[in-house]
Amino acid sequence: MENHGSLKAYTIGFIFSIILTVIPLMLVLNHVFAKNILLASILGMALLQFFIQLFFFMHIKDGEKPRYNVMALILGIVFVITIVAGSIWIMTFNSQVQ
Amino acid sequence: MAYATAHHEEHHDEHDEGITVMGFWLFLVTDCILFGALFATYAVLVNHTASGLTGKEFFEVPGFVSETFILLTSSFTSGLAVLSMHKGKIKPLIGWLIVTLLLGMCFVGLEIHEFQTMVHEGATISTSAFFTAFYTLVSTHGLHVSVGIIWMISITIQLKRYGITSVTKRKVTIISLYWHFLDAVWIFLYTVVYLMGVM
Repeated sequence: MENHGSLKAYTIGFIFSIILTVIPLMLVLNHVFAKNILLASILGMALLQFFIQLFFFMHIKDGEKPRYNVMALILGIVFVITIVAGSIWIMTFNSQVQ
Repeated sequence: MAYATAHHEEHHDEHDEGITVMGFWLFLVTDCILFGALFATYAVLVNHTASGLTGKEFFEVPGFVSETFILLTSSFTSGLAVLSMHKGKIKPLIGWLIVTLLLGMCFVGLEIHEFQTMVHEGATISTSAFFTAFYTLVSTHGLHVSVGIIWMISITIQLKRYGITSVTKRKVTIISLYWHFLDAVWIFLYTVVYLMGVM
């Protein structure tokens, strides 16, 4: 539990987060790509920023082993993906049922 | 013997803190699932605008971009507070917590202002399924931030009163985790709701 992160880690995380906030904004405002590529790239950058904050701000790698917090988080992410992707998928059949 | 007992208690405290922080991680994971369900609802209902107004007419780029940067900066300053705490410096610790609090209040204020403007322009929570999903998702996050503000104020008062002890240390660790988590959730609100909304 001794490693609580450093000023350097927080600053790196902060700068990367700013970059990953500004780039998708620019892409969207300037309509750089076609819609599908644009969607994929801004979602990709959101995920990247999420992981950067997990490592640099929330210090997910710290703490004693075994890392139950990481395991719980992975399980949580599996649940979230299942709920979100499953809902979107199943509701695409909505128009066929009606 | 006294030393041995003290040492034992200290060890016991550390163990307890590990468990408490772990328990808080579990709460954050369940909170993730709550937001996951709300995001799923939003994704399903995003085109159900009752052939009326969409987000594109209402989302203001300067507004949500400043909200994003304010929350991101506050996440950074709450990290600086934790760093000061581990150096045992109480003044910068309280200072950074207050900066974080002020930024958090700005965020909530901007969000309330945004909602007010939208409602005035005719987009209420009952206008369409899209707006129901939008207000539910965004205000659940805003409510989390508001609770965090009250929580952080109380911890700041405790720090003033008791200084940096093992108990207040644990509390600051947990509130900063919570605050970072809220910023992490906002990344997806920013991307999925706002950026995809103005696309």
